[in-house]
Amino acid sequence: MAVELKMPALSPTMEEGTLAKWLVKEGDHVGPGDILAEIETDKATMEFEAIDEGTVGKILVEEGTENVAVGTVIAMLSGDDDDDDDDAETAAPAPSPTVSDKDDEAGEGKGAGREPSEAEITKPVKAKAQRDPEVPRGTNMATVSVREALRDAMAEEMRRDERVFVMGEEVAEYQGAYKVTQGLLAEFGPKRVIDTPITEYGFAGIGTGAAMGGLRPIVEFMTFNFAMQAIDHIINSAAKTNYMSGGQMRCPVVFRGPNGAASRVGAQHSQNYGPWYASVPGLIVIAPYDSSDAKGLMKAAIRCEDPVVFLENELVYGRSFELPELDDHVLPIGKARIVREGSDVTIVSYSIGVGMALEAAEKLAEEGIDAEVLDLRTLRPLDKQAVLDSLAKTNRVIVAEEGWPTCSIASEIISICMEDGFDHLDAPVLRVCNVDVPLPYAANLEKIALLNSGAIVEAAKKVCYQD
Amino acid sequence: MADRPANGTAQGSNKPALSLHVPEPKYRPGDEVDFSHIAITKPGAQPRPDEACEASETAPLTLDLIRVLGDDNQAHGPWDPKLDADTLRQMLHHFAMVRAFDARMYRGQRQGKTSFYMKCTGEEATSISAAMALASDDMVFPSYRQQGILIARGYPLVEMINQIYSNRGDKLKGRQLPIMYSSRENSFFSISGNLATQTPQAVGWAMASAIKGDTRIAATWVGEGSTAEGDFHSACTFAAVYNAPVIINVVNNQWAISSFSGFAGAERTTFAARALGYGIAGLRVDGNDPLAVYAAERWAANRARSNSGPTLIEHFTYRAEGHSTSDDPGAYRSAHEGEEWPLGDPVNRLKKHLIELGEWDEDRHAAMDIACAEEVKAATKEAEKNGILGHGLHHPFHTMFEDVFETLPWHLEEQAAQAIHEREVKWPEGKKP
Repeated sequence: MAVELKMPALSPTMEEGTLAKWLVKEGDHVGPGDILAEIETDKATMEFEAIDEGTVGKILVEEGTENVAVGTVIAMLSGDDDDDDDDAETAAPAPSPTVSDKDDEAGEGKGAGREPSEAEITKPVKAKAQRDPEVPRGTNMATVSVREALRDAMAEEMRRDERVFVMGEEVAEYQGAYKVTQGLLAEFGPKRVIDTPITEYGFAGIGTGAAMGGLRPIVEFMTFNFAMQAIDHIINSAAKTNYMSGGQMRCPVVFRGPNGAASRVGAQHSQNYGPWYASVPGLIVIAPYDSSDAKGLMKAAIRCEDPVVFLENELVYGRSFELPELDDHVLPIGKARIVREGSDVTIVSYSIGVGMALEAAEKLAEEGIDAEVLDLRTLRPLDKQAVLDSLAKTNRVIVAEEGWPTCSIASEIISICMEDGFDHLDAPVLRVCNVDVPLPYAANLEKIALLNSGAIVEAAKKVCYQD
Repeated sequence: MADRPANGTAQGSNKPALSLHVPEPKYRPGDEVDFSHIAITKPGAQPRPDEACEASETAPLTLDLIRVLGDDNQAHGPWDPKLDADTLRQMLHHFAMVRAFDARMYRGQRQGKTSFYMKCTGEEATSISAAMALASDDMVFPSYRQQGILIARGYPLVEMINQIYSNRGDKLKGRQLPIMYSSRENSFFSISGNLATQTPQAVGWAMASAIKGDTRIAATWVGEGSTAEGDFHSACTFAAVYNAPVIINVVNNQWAISSFSGFAGAERTTFAARALGYGIAGLRVDGNDPLAVYAAERWAANRARSNSGPTLIEHFTYRAEGHSTSDDPGAYRSAHEGEEWPLGDPVNRLKKHLIELGEWDEDRHAAMDIACAEEVKAATKEAEKNGILGHGLHHPFHTMFEDVFETLPWHLEEQAAQAIHEREVKWPEGKKP
């Protein structure tokens, strides 16, 4: 059976080369490893070897030919007789040309000349709703700080599952830089609450390896600003292990710590990484606001088989909220929550922005505007349906985000409203974000640069055409 | 960087001018090669400390070169692992198989059956002999040139080729670059294209094993060039701090693509000597001496398994071929280096040792090479039934959306449904997968 010899690629990026020299002629018998030709590219010269035995048939591209495209048939090789049957049986079938050609048809998917039925392509598929579990009537509500809620969530999960452990800088003896791991060392000991050397890159890698090794690490970053050097492990290792291994290996690790601006900690310590991580397939990204969500989602994160980035907020740690006193308070990941019902405008937010959105909603109420506040809670996967449902109700959306505006979660929400909620919009969707500069240190400048409820009020009035 | 201030010391003063050192390899293309500056130690002359010794006791060995096989093809000294002839023949067979596999896959790449391949020629011992010194379920975190581990662990050639061809038989579902294998069954982690990330992960895995009270240890492989990565240093720090049951193998094959080992610091000290600063046991071993590699790896494995601590092993070897199919080493190093390499070829050395022992002969060797080539050929044909790169025999379209998360989230379900719907509209008669 004749085999086509094609112009080889020296590298995946090579597109063409020069067929410098044929070292065989038609009728020559060749064996595996025999050099057939020399190919030149701008990078190097390579020898083109025979892979099997056979006889050189027709040479289709003469030596000295330049700009031979990769994949061009340059010669035919007839297999040896004893190989014939074998090859006929095992050669991979060629693709059906009509199908593959169509696959790459220029302009496809741009809408030009589409059949009416193709309009269905962009029709959104209704997502399955997943609600928070009902809190039984009569459940006692305790007032708990976000800090305690997070600690309790970790402690409960550590009691429940001995594979769970916490590691990070200052998490044990010091009880955490922001005291989120308070009391854990005393209860669980130094083998489950582990102080680490000062290298986020290092212990993110250690945590990833430990998760591959069957444990469930909670890796605390003193702040997510310090986790930038660890982002390679989070994105290139943790987020891709399951996929790249074809589903063989999982990496159930939680990376947690404070995120976003605190007070007067300057440009390098005040950044919101929500949009960074939320853009990565394979990561779950959670950014809760209140104590109940912090606890319920932290417990869910620890139980999750996927790697989770859990974004807390330093300024919110000390705030107290009501929390249902349940034995096992676990909330669904990927589900937003309406924290204030309203009918005139929807304010979408997450993390500390929710507090400002609620503040703004109170001010708006005084001016006769009834704002709905939607807390995304999970940034990936994002609860698109909740956004669209609220948009359908209020017809106006603004996004309040304590972070930079460009390529933000706000951008994503706007895109969702445009793509799937266009017909419901009565005004453009606006984003209210931080000023697009590195955060200044000086108190007055810092205040102006950050998201605040006044700016949210202004934007809400604008989309209600009341400014 | 600020320029010298105008009022600073003017140039031309009597202070000596600083000069920058940029490492330069001894030989470039066309140069005659003389490796006499490489200290070749006497086989059998290196002491073998107790496996549970203090890390500092290994300090002299980090500047030495552990060798067992001599020019007389005999095994010498305390590091002789005293393997029986069957084990040695098995090792030789693995060597031959990897070489046959590399040869065929390399040619397959040149024929367009895959986009990329990497040979391990000359470095076979650093993976095969090392893997044979470990327990079969010890977790390995290799770099990209340790296909020998999979061969030594009996992973089917067809599976390897399916992965390289990224065909419908590929267990990794067409998601990984060729040669970035992954096999949970064989305790072989999913190879990373980002250099050295596997090193802290191996340490983390080893720490997890210790936390769980398991008996398995971890071993990782990293090139000498990649020891410059921060990951390597974090790995060493953690391994030392938590006394992790791990072996860090540094394969010093002299070249990181076109950057010679001097760019990773080899002009100043050995890679094994890195261990000293961390308080880790360090061994420097002739990476082309299969018996020495086996012995060093076994020493480190026993040490780790008995909670005596981690070991850093430098395998001093030579990358006999290009970095990958995308590389032409003729452009930056002398072609004579390979011929002149003073530590020989691992396959040849093991072969001669077995012949010296009266346990092998040239005829059997030649027959083995042919049999390996045939086995690889048959495996290739078998794998080609599942398709080769670009032949359109792939995994079902929908699998692209799977395994991003443990369960398919709504947004991917939506994306998949939309994409499938789009295909149905485009190709109402159905499209072959």
